[in-house]
Amino acid sequence: MPGKLKVKIVAGRHLPVMDRASDLTDAFVEVKFGNTTFKTDVYLKSLNPQWNSEWFKFEVDDEDLQDEPLQITVLDHDTYSANDAIGKVYIDIDPLLYSEAATVISGWFPIYDTIHGIRGEINVVVKVDLFNDLNRFRQSSCGVKFFCTTSIPKCYRAVIIHGFVEELVVNEDPEYQWIDRIRTPRASNEARQRLISLMSGELQRKIGLKVLEMRGNAVVGYLQCFDLEGESGLVVRAIGTACTLDKLSSPAAFLPACNSPSKEMKEIPFNEDPNPNTHSSGPSTPLKNQTYSFSPSKSYSRQSSSSDTDLSLTPKTGMGSGSAGKEGGPFKALLRQQTQSALEQREFPFFTLTAFPPGFLVHVGGVVSARSVKLLDRIHNPDEPETRDAWWAEIRQEIKSHAKALGCHAVVGYSESTSICEEVCILSASGTAAVLNPRFLQDGTVEGCLEQRLEENLPTRCGFCHIPYDELNMPFPAHLTYCYNCRKQKVPDVLFTTIDLPTDATVIGKGCLIQARLCRLKKKAQAEANATAISNLLPFMEYEVHTQLMNKLKLKGMNALFGLRIQITVGENMLMGLASATGVYLAALPTPGGIQIAGKTPNDGSYEQHISHMQKKINDTIAKNKELYEINPPEISEEIIGSPIPEPRQRSRLLRSQSESSDEVTELDLSHGKKDAFVLEIDDTDAMEDVHSLLTDVPPPSGFYSCNTEIMPGINNWTSEIQMFTSVRVIRLSSLNLTNQALNKNFNDLCENLLKSLYFKLRSMIPCCLCHVNFTVSLPEDELIQVTVTAVAITFDKNQALQTTKTHVEKSLQRASTDNEELLQFPLELCSDSLPSHPLPPAKEHLESASSNSGIPAAQRAVTVEKASPVGDGNFRNRSAPPCANSTVGVVKMTPLSFIPGAKITKYLGIINMFFIRETTSLREEGGVSGFLHAFIAEVFAMVRAHVAALGGNAVVSYIMKQCVFMENPNKNQAQCLINVSGDAVVFVRESDLEVVSTQQPTANCQSSCTEGEVTT
Amino acid sequence: MTSELDIFVGNTTLIDEDMYRLWLDGYLVTNAVALRVRSGILEQMGSTAAVLQSDTMDRYRTFHMLERLLHAPPKLLHQLIFQILPSRQALLIERYYAFDEAFVREVLGKKLSKGTKKDLDDISTITGITLKSCRRQFDNFKRVFKVVEEMRGSLVDNIQQHFLLSDQLARDYAAIVFFANNRFETGKKKLQYLSFGDFAFSAELMIQNWTLGAVDSQMDDMHMDLDKEFLQDLKELKLLVADKDLLDLHKSLVCTALWGKLGVFSEMKANFKNLSRGLVNVATKLTHNKDVRDLFRRAVLPKSVFSVCPLPRWLPTPGPLGPLHGHPPWLPPAPLS
Repeated sequence: MPGKLKVKIVAGRHLPVMDRASDLTDAFVEVKFGNTTFKTDVYLKSLNPQWNSEWFKFEVDDEDLQDEPLQITVLDHDTYSANDAIGKVYIDIDPLLYSEAATVISGWFPIYDTIHGIRGEINVVVKVDLFNDLNRFRQSSCGVKFFCTTSIPKCYRAVIIHGFVEELVVNEDPEYQWIDRIRTPRASNEARQRLISLMSGELQRKIGLKVLEMRGNAVVGYLQCFDLEGESGLVVRAIGTACTLDKLSSPAAFLPACNSPSKEMKEIPFNEDPNPNTHSSGPSTPLKNQTYSFSPSKSYSRQSSSSDTDLSLTPKTGMGSGSAGKEGGPFKALLRQQTQSALEQREFPFFTLTAFPPGFLVHVGGVVSARSVKLLDRIHNPDEPETRDAWWAEIRQEIKSHAKALGCHAVVGYSESTSICEEVCILSASGTAAVLNPRFLQDGTVEGCLEQRLEENLPTRCGFCHIPYDELNMPFPAHLTYCYNCRKQKVPDVLFTTIDLPTDATVIGKGCLIQARLCRLKKKAQAEANATAISNLLPFMEYEVHTQLMNKLKLKGMNALFGLRIQITVGENMLMGLASATGVYLAALPTPGGIQIAGKTPNDGSYEQHISHMQKKINDTIAKNKELYEINPPEISEEIIGSPIPEPRQRSRLLRSQSESSDEVTELDLSHGKKDAFVLEIDDTDAMEDVHSLLTDVPPPSGFYSCNTEIMPGINNWTSEIQMFTSVRVIRLSSLNLTNQALNKNFNDLCENLLKSLYFKLRSMIPCCLCHVNFTVSLPEDELIQVTVTAVAITFDKNQALQTTKTHVEKSLQRASTDNEELLQFPLELCSDSLPSHPLPPAKEHLESASSNSGIPAAQRAVTVEKASPVGDGNFRNRSAPPCANSTVGVVKMTPLSFIPGAKITKYLGIINMFFIRETTSLREEGGVSGFLHAFIAEVFAMVRAHVAALGGNAVVSYIMKQCVFMENPNKNQAQCLINVSGDAVVFVRESDLEVVSTQQPTANCQSSCTEGEVTT
Repeated sequence: MTSELDIFVGNTTLIDEDMYRLWLDGYLVTNAVALRVRSGILEQMGSTAAVLQSDTMDRYRTFHMLERLLHAPPKLLHQLIFQILPSRQALLIERYYAFDEAFVREVLGKKLSKGTKKDLDDISTITGITLKSCRRQFDNFKRVFKVVEEMRGSLVDNIQQHFLLSDQLARDYAAIVFFANNRFETGKKKLQYLSFGDFAFSAELMIQNWTLGAVDSQMDDMHMDLDKEFLQDLKELKLLVADKDLLDLHKSLVCTALWGKLGVFSEMKANFKNLSRGLVNVATKLTHNKDVRDLFRRAVLPKSVFSVCPLPRWLPTPGPLGPLHGHPPWLPPAPLS
């Protein structure tokens, strides 16, 4: 499928003065693609040249189209000496290669120079004509869509989720080539930028090929990383999840006829999938052919017809509707079997997604991670990817076996990372072991009625908390109790995951960011000795990080962590561990016990006193946190069943009287779920310090919340104001007092102060929540610690809380009741299978009352009280949304989240993946390190925005700054920085705009729900 | 533990108005931090001084980076590096080009040269405005002057177009540029009681009526320079005092025109001859540059006349020129030619 690439250079503006004599510039442009170069005329004596060039046409293979970036160089013509380069623009033309994305790239691009930064702008138009070519042995993979978003993109629906794709390419780093000694820093930087651009193009193409092989059409959760290995090379690697996606409707038809999705969005603002009804219809329903004007209820009736019109790619096997659906027990087994078989065919049943279509996630086992220390100078053949491939394969294998040990056959929320220092490299991988629903995994094995039944049967609200492993041989010691929601299945006392909180999970109160921070000194060493030292330290660090997380979680009075990300960074003389996660109180899990301190020397009176003082402090903190995060688990359920210890007994009696199922009995024997407090032993000063450090974490000021997941549990009334930011801090440690203690304190202070600064800086947005807070630690030099934070602040409306939560509560209530019924069916049928059964009326009653009570979290009642604050503020806030229209430069929003509050994403334009190098030899003149990096990051943002705008987009979602490598040499007045960012360019439409277009119905609905809300106050 | 590097970059550049003011007013980071601490912001947010320090440094750095763009405001609108909401852009520009009354009175009519810039130290001490702020204001005047100096068309329009200022601020700048160009003397002791507003008002009328551009809108490149020919023609005004008939005619015409419009009408009527003579004396001597520069000092001679009566309270602007704002008698109504 060769194509024709057409480029037109229109104009330039704000060019720098290149000729001191005239204070003007004689600019011309070189357009290069592959090995072909075109030039425009020289536009004499102007800082705002109008070239208006002809169309430069490149006839190229699609392989090149995918790999090569379009390179535009602006130069100043010089008659007597060599032409001076003003700067360059690299344009990734990949978005033009798939049909649904952008059709043209047109707009002003900042002209970038690696030494001077942005120097003016250039207006460029780029088009691609593709010729169809059905060559089976093609090397290109045009048409495969890439998404950084780690959930199914908003205007698509997943037909099949195929699974893990990965690729890795290696090249020599231009910075380490011999030629680098004689070329200018600019040439070297540009060579590097170009190479990485080329390599990521190649990588994307190769991954695309794999996806096509799997018969997918898209990669979701695409994560590409660079490893600057130094001498041994430059590695670009990527992982992602191959999917077959189906567009929900064409964007043109979408605007006027989107009543149902937009309404759905309004009611449950952050439901991951806008319209469950469309999801429930069979795969690859010819949605595009149908006018999209049905009401939600209608879609059900259509569903049956769609399964008749068997247009789906996925052939149906004769899965009897009755046999699979009716019995719950065998069904579950069947489900497992199918999933197992579906997944076992895969080498790595990994998924980079963190949020899933409803029903996809069945159970969650817990976090699995693996690390390995490698020596880069021992790579046998550094220019080939084999060694690294083997390394990663090894780690993935380990992850897989960990997941198996947890009784899970899949890993979700999977990610990989590296940390390199000199020749030592730590490879890390982590994810969440899970049991998945096979529905999305495989072609045709489970379709139609089974799918339908799945949605009805699976207790998704608490189901994911239920343990997937066998209680008899648990992989680790854990206290199990019966699920506080359904009372049927076992749940662990705490749950750690790397995924986002499932949308249907019941959470009590609000969540909060929880971080564990740790430093460990290590001796400077060479090669093998160094690697051994690091390997020896790693398990201790992991353990301590885990303990810290656990303690902090308990201190917050919460019982589950989502979005857990543990980063271990290696430096010359230390190791740093930073774990971030969002703590929540899951209604399905037991109430966490407190923290108890035990001293080792009980004789000492003052010591005793000190201990009790500390204990009191801890208890106070827990109580305060519970109040702060509105964690008031329903008391009633406790009254009914008492504490977890008597609870199983009580139930056991009940059950025993009814059925003698041996299964149940063994379960009960195991559940010694002690509600005992977590005991911290203070045996030395170290431990004392640890306890102290626990208490130093200051909660965010009132009006602020923070989390590292997509959305904050417990807040669902976002307003449209968002502010994405990056903050970088570097501290220099005084080398005198380098003890672990001092180091820990420094690091802790650094992170805490950084957070405090963020809260202070964003105080004008209160009430607001920092979402997707992403910390990255690096150790650029011996005594330097660098922390980079990217997050988005989203305002929310306190006053609207009631309305939304109300509907939410109603919904959850409804669901709770239906869930209950279904859940009750479940064991009943199971019993009927095994033994002649007797109905369990008392149990049923208990359960129903208990879970319906827990269905209305007390926290949400508390919100009702909050409503008493002055009204009208909410409306004002909505209106005060900035008018973006009349600006000369269109506003482009950037967010690390996969959505934009108060807006609907109507089109994905393609992936943004950019790599920049900036270097300076006049650091002081540019405002020192802070001035230099501040300007550079602002420039990177500007270039991302410009590319998005040129694609016709108005936002970047799932934005991530993957790398920010900063090196300085103040003595030489020099600094260098490398930044790699990525995200998805999208077009969004404000919901308020949508409403105008759409019919009256949704607004009427909204109004009625509003009045409803008011009545209840 | 010292912070080597500490930055915050938002996708939308946040502008804190209070911080912007502190920066414009030329406060150093330490002073600004001290001021903010006193404002009680820390207690409000439960923050620490270190946080405030870091925030202040960061905001100052942002302003510093924006300053380059503020020198050419249209650039601020088209640039891509900082995403700033349009309302904030307007605020940034307007505040940056705003000036202090005390400062402008010191430099009004002075040549905007390096020499004057050296005097900024003294001006800073006199006015109590920080040297940094003085420099910014002076540089603003100079920059606007340089840009519109050689331009054709209306001075106010040119300023508005090239600096995107509000109407009022653009008018003020037009006055500043006009005064700087003609080097009118405003610093003399007897002129001290006049406010910038008074001068700006005069400037506007002079631009409208006395400049080359005012005479011939076709040949409108010279809105800054006085029409020499016109000044020559003013010599003819001698007749107004020399000829008794003409004096009476003039008196009656002026009195009719000002009847009921002037609080000090009776005083004016009683002293008309003196006033007229004084004004004509000024007008007939505007042929030399030196005299032109001295225009205001000599024009306010009638002050002695007005000073006999107490200042009317109802005046919109202070100063004896206030009541005359509708039609200052010492300015001829229109060029005679």
